[in-house]
Amino acid sequence: MRKLIQILFLMVFTAVISVPVIAQETAIETEWTCPEGYAGQTLNVFNWATYIGEDTISDFEILCDVTVNYDIFDTNESLIARLRQGNPGYDVAFPNDYAVVIMGREELIQPIDLDNIPNFENVAENFKGLSFDPENEYSVPYLWGTTGVGYNAEKVEITSYMDVFDYDGPVAWIDDVRAMMAIALGVLGYNPSSQDPVELEEAKNFLLEHSQNVVAIADDDGQALLERGEIDIVVEYNGDLYQLQVDCECDTFQYAVPEELSLVDITNLVLLTDSPNPELAQVFMDYILDPAVNGAITSDTGYATANIAAIEGEFVDEDLLSNTSIYPDLEAMTNIAFYEEVGEAEQLYNDIWDEILILIGA
Amino acid sequence: MANTLNPKASYLPRKQTESVSVPIARPRLSLRQSLGEWSLASLSAFVLAFLWIPILVLVVFSFNDSRTVNEWRGFTTIWYFNIFNGVTTGEARFATELMLSALKNSVFVSVTATIISTVIGTMVALSFARGQFIGKRFLQGLLFFPLVIPEITQGVSLAMFFVIAFNFINTLTGNRPNFGFETIIAGHVAFNISYVAVVVGARFSYMNPHLEEAAADLGANEWQTFWRVTFPQLVPGILAGGLLAFTLSLDDYVVTFFNSGIGTTTLPVFVYGMLKTSVTPEINAISTLMLVASTILIVISLAFQRRTA
Repeated sequence: MRKLIQILFLMVFTAVISVPVIAQETAIETEWTCPEGYAGQTLNVFNWATYIGEDTISDFEILCDVTVNYDIFDTNESLIARLRQGNPGYDVAFPNDYAVVIMGREELIQPIDLDNIPNFENVAENFKGLSFDPENEYSVPYLWGTTGVGYNAEKVEITSYMDVFDYDGPVAWIDDVRAMMAIALGVLGYNPSSQDPVELEEAKNFLLEHSQNVVAIADDDGQALLERGEIDIVVEYNGDLYQLQVDCECDTFQYAVPEELSLVDITNLVLLTDSPNPELAQVFMDYILDPAVNGAITSDTGYATANIAAIEGEFVDEDLLSNTSIYPDLEAMTNIAFYEEVGEAEQLYNDIWDEILILIGA
Repeated sequence: MANTLNPKASYLPRKQTESVSVPIARPRLSLRQSLGEWSLASLSAFVLAFLWIPILVLVVFSFNDSRTVNEWRGFTTIWYFNIFNGVTTGEARFATELMLSALKNSVFVSVTATIISTVIGTMVALSFARGQFIGKRFLQGLLFFPLVIPEITQGVSLAMFFVIAFNFINTLTGNRPNFGFETIIAGHVAFNISYVAVVVGARFSYMNPHLEEAAADLGANEWQTFWRVTFPQLVPGILAGGLLAFTLSLDDYVVTFFNSGIGTTTLPVFVYGMLKTSVTPEINAISTLMLVASTILIVISLAFQRRTA
């Protein structure tokens, strides 16, 4: 009897200690393997709140046997302000395009080595070497959105911004001086973030000349005006149009990024200065760019990925991929532009917008 | 009634309100009174509406069956369900896990900061009320500083102070401390002390100082006097100050963010961080729950104040 208890005890004991040895299954099936030598280490990630896949972090912890601390910031500006006080120990952050420029200039981020990130080849060609980081010295692209045109497909079809400006019917613009000026500048063939007063004046006159059909300059409810039928066309952020499409469950409302200019905002993975673990940080970047992992991220968040391998490998949710507001025609997006800092011209932009708002009176 | 004996007294505002119950006393002022009362009532109603309608909208839209925030599409509790989905089975969504860990951090930070700041704040109030020392007025003025200077100034200046302090400690000992819960709590204590001291200080002004003198007369030493006479009278003020500090600490974003370290994301930081990605009514649901928690605290605090008023 006593022996039996001993054997039982031994069996339970072996079972208990052997549990941690069995490798845990990851939630996402991926062929990505973690390089050896990182077990037990820690990675500190700084990101927006729900801007990553459901299982991305826990899977990485399993695959590399590491601990990930995931902290949250709310705007690019607060991220930069926080890091200016000294990096409290974060390795990776997810700033926007223009913020990468500022962070690079202020040396808040450090160069990465693309040799450590073989999955960088999965990034679509038109998302490599973007204007804010031409050599991908500091950043690899993550998720992106656009500013474009939402329209009522029963009434109109949009391929060009001139379809908006010359439309014979009610139109709404977005109350965003940088967006509207970038579009006008782009249509005129100038840099969408121009600082040249002559070009800006020309863009202003262009907008005023094409404002007869504008019935509203919508703050944040352009898509609601479109849904109620008060307008047929709206210049909007893609996310707002996507919400409308999800709510209405219909094909009436479509979204297009016109051919003249693809106004893109993109978030990127960057390696922070004074990162405690830059090697693991780059392993993490490589992991994020894995097609299966990346496909799960875009499907979970509803944001478009720049990872062509994830799209072609059919790792992206089909409904999302076929949605025009999230995934406009990638190949048609040739004139990709990002908002750049305009320095002292910012005041000029604001003055022009005040004038337009008064003259149009919408 | 003193009013009828001295007609001039009727112009004193306090007497006016008393006279409402006896309108016969001064029929001459009735029109002015009713006009005054009417405008006061409507002003109060307007202020309350101004304060509460946006909150009401937020609560109502937390039950809205739509991802868009600006139109009503029917009743649902899905957003509340989403927040707590899978928490008990351990299969919570990533966002839920983040939110719960943020909530845990928030409660830890606010409880710790509240306890420390309530103790120090009470001592500060005591020294101002009973102590006599040089520069008292000046220091009392300083006490109001954290109440009036912008929070962003407090947050950034504290963070700069910590960086300098860390560098100094580094040169002394070779070990560089880092931002973390300690720095957040220190920041919260720094502004909470003022609030607690002001609330407890107000309590002092209601107290009868002769009670303490009587205790001394009857042979109690200063320590006994404090614990048996002064402190029991202060308790409502201390509790009210503590609850105020807890609420402020729980809500704080700016000071927290600028003094945060690894793994210290609090609930307000989480909610702000959600605004970028999902404008789903889940935010409304979280805010409603926080509102309920704050309301409970306010009710408790009011109950304490009323009991002793």
